Amino acid sequence: MSIIFTLIPVGLVLLLVAVAAFFWAVRSGQYEDLDSPAWRVILDDDRAPPPQEPESAEDQPP
Amino acid sequence: MTDATRCFHCGGRLNDKPIAAKIDGHSRSVCSTDCANVVTRIAAIGLNDFYKFREEPAPADRASNKAPRSWATYERPALKKEFVSVLSNGHEVAEILIHGVHCAACTWLIETTLQKKPGTISVEVNPITTRAEITYNPDRVTLSALLSEIAKLGFTPIPFTEHHVQQAAEKEFRTAMRRLLVAGLGMMQVVSYAVAMYAGAFQGMDESMLEFFRLISLIVATPVVLYSGAPFFSGAWRNLRARALNMDVPVALAIGAAWLASVWNTFAGSGDVFFDSATMFVFFLSGTRLLEAAARHRALDLTKTLAQQIPSTAIRLTAAGHEEIAVIELELGDTVLVAQGNTFPADGQLQGSRTQVDESMLTGESTAVPKLAGDEIIAGSINVGSTAQMRVDKIGADTVLAQIGRLVANASSEKPALIQLTDRIASFFVLTVLAVATITGLVWWQIDASRTFEIVLTVLVVTCPCALALATPAAFTVATSKLAKQGFLIRRGNAIPTLARVQHVVADKTGTLTDSTLTIAEVETYGQTDARSARRIAAALEVHSTHPIARAFRSESEAEIAVAPATDVDNVVSRGLEGTIDGIRYRLGSLDYVSGFAEVPQSDSSAPEPDRRDVYLVRDDTPLARFALTEHLRAGAPATVHALKQLGIEVTIASGDRAAAVAACARNVGANGWRADLLPEDKLALLRELREAGNIVAAIGDGLNDSPVLAGADVSIAMGTGTSVAQHSANCVWLGQQLAGLEDAFVMARKTMGIVKQNLGWALAYNTLAIPLAVGGWIAPWMAALGMSLSSLLVMLNALRLARSPASTAITAQSSQECCSGAPEPAT
Repeated sequence: MSIIFTLIPVGLVLLLVAVAAFFWAVRSGQYEDLDSPAWRVILDDDRAPPPQEPESAEDQPP
Repeated sequence: MTDATRCFHCGGRLNDKPIAAKIDGHSRSVCSTDCANVVTRIAAIGLNDFYKFREEPAPADRASNKAPRSWATYERPALKKEFVSVLSNGHEVAEILIHGVHCAACTWLIETTLQKKPGTISVEVNPITTRAEITYNPDRVTLSALLSEIAKLGFTPIPFTEHHVQQAAEKEFRTAMRRLLVAGLGMMQVVSYAVAMYAGAFQGMDESMLEFFRLISLIVATPVVLYSGAPFFSGAWRNLRARALNMDVPVALAIGAAWLASVWNTFAGSGDVFFDSATMFVFFLSGTRLLEAAARHRALDLTKTLAQQIPSTAIRLTAAGHEEIAVIELELGDTVLVAQGNTFPADGQLQGSRTQVDESMLTGESTAVPKLAGDEIIAGSINVGSTAQMRVDKIGADTVLAQIGRLVANASSEKPALIQLTDRIASFFVLTVLAVATITGLVWWQIDASRTFEIVLTVLVVTCPCALALATPAAFTVATSKLAKQGFLIRRGNAIPTLARVQHVVADKTGTLTDSTLTIAEVETYGQTDARSARRIAAALEVHSTHPIARAFRSESEAEIAVAPATDVDNVVSRGLEGTIDGIRYRLGSLDYVSGFAEVPQSDSSAPEPDRRDVYLVRDDTPLARFALTEHLRAGAPATVHALKQLGIEVTIASGDRAAAVAACARNVGANGWRADLLPEDKLALLRELREAGNIVAAIGDGLNDSPVLAGADVSIAMGTGTSVAQHSANCVWLGQQLAGLEDAFVMARKTMGIVKQNLGWALAYNTLAIPLAVGGWIAPWMAALGMSLSSLLVMLNALRLARSPASTAITAQSSQECCSGAPEPAT
């Protein structure tokens, strides 16, 4: 049973990694929007658009 | 499912000659060329899925009058630096709010469209806060190109210059989140060590192993107590310094005592440790704090802040001519030009010719206020008359609007009364606890000194009113967030206990029970007049009015008005308009208003139905036409009224409209009573009458004429489709387009109070039973700690039961009135 003296500290290290990961997630704003990621999986944005006229001049930088 | 009688894109009413737009191989009917442009644009980009996935379409985007003439104005350095930052690699990040976004499909549409433009690095749109962050390479694409792309899709981008407002709430939310995470992870570890130690207590455990577990629990629990528990300690300290005693004090005492005793016992090598209780307790309390911070973070509806009522750009008149500038560049004494339909950017004085101004965002009155040269104009009001010139007197934070914003912000940070009551009970409680603990300690010191510390600790832990501390906030938070998902926003917590006790509802008619649109149901012409020209003449006159009637005529697209604009228009409030078109004088209005001009024949078939309003057009002494206008009841209104009556709540309609119309509405909806022809003071008097009779009254209105009523009721609900000022002064906001589901708020409030009573009852019972046992020394500290954790858990779980009650309808907060790009302003 003395293996537990090693295992628990290892568990603690993992805990620290988890805390660091969570802190990073909070800082990078992962918790701001919890609804639209679910939708993004479904919405398909790689459908090819039909052929269209070239972009008008106003869209290009001067 | 597409309703063929409405515009495919924005859901507005179709004209008699709808325009066709092709998408997905089908030809769809739309209400205007602007909507047609958007549909074609979306089809051209290939994002037709938008229409499959979006929630309901919605009426026209009301922010379009804040868009500048040219998006290039947003590139002016003074304005650009307020919302665009430059990264080290030269890329720029723009923060904007996008008006018209409320569901995930909209964000997908915008993100995908912008990402297809070369030069865009990343786009992120948040559907809840409508905030967007666009990172782009300024060498390949301009900011104005990106913004105009958004506008072409039918949304209105607005620079997000007040990120500081959101930053405070965001910081609070993130800190609360971090604390909860640490508490949660730490708690799970410490509890598992505790289980091992309990097992060891029964089966026997090596002393060295026990020491190890104690030490490791200490190492994990200490950051939890000191970091996640910090708010409680600082709150308690603040309270003690102010000589007040609220909930934080016993909480801090219990956590602190449990932790200190455990640390002592760890180093002393014997005795129980209570790290598990301390961490569990911190975790639960941190949980409620996070839910509250999250609610505040989200409820900050940024598009509705009063400051957003002012546009970001303005046209300044100088000796050199017109110049479109950023509003923050305005200086006192500048003269600005405000075109018809646009918003005044500052407080000031009207110069030159007279005009009419819509001050509804402030007063709730949508009838235009005539202004003469020298009259004062408020920032945020809309110019509905002809192009006006104004001298700028007050800008930014000095404007009337900003002052109101500050008042509203202060008012909404007050604590709900019920929680204040609990705090008062708590202070009495704490004194008692401290007294009892001290006496117990003194007594036991005489009897058996070795057990003193243990028993005093037990008494402290057992008497800690943690369940009491959690009972009310937990239930309120769960109820508030559940209702928010259903479209019912509670802006201030004290709404819930009051909502639960409501016995009488006073509802406005126009805009609340009915949607505020009127349509021309029928046109009857007299003599040689043809309907088309009659409508055009009427439309030319009604351009000068913002009364709901005017909008019925304005549903004609601007391009169709072929008559010259009306000049010398006289707008007689609530009666009619008189104006000159092409040299001929016309009058448009109610029967007695036009009778001054011409005799109108009354045929037998023209006896109007009570909910129809007739507007007559006459010229010189010749009657020209009669327009019959009808109002529409909101979907679900009769069902909601019925549901309220089932709950024992009486419903009265109080309206400024005439008796026949109000009576008809009351009949259709099933109200208990109705009053008509009421001025705002009369409505307030009605409220007073009901409240003096002992009723708890709820008022529902949309802001036109309703602000005093909403302020005078015990609890007020503003319609999401109403004015911003009403929403800011009401306790709650109902976001649905339909009324169905509103009754859920009342049901939920009652359930919540029931749960609160259960929680309080349990908490008090537990404390009362446990104290004598603890004083007598019959409870071991570990039992006390376990009891404390379990009772907190019980209270939280009981509160969570509220989240499981099914809604009667599935209206989500996302189907609010401004979802998914309404009729856009014309592309520049």
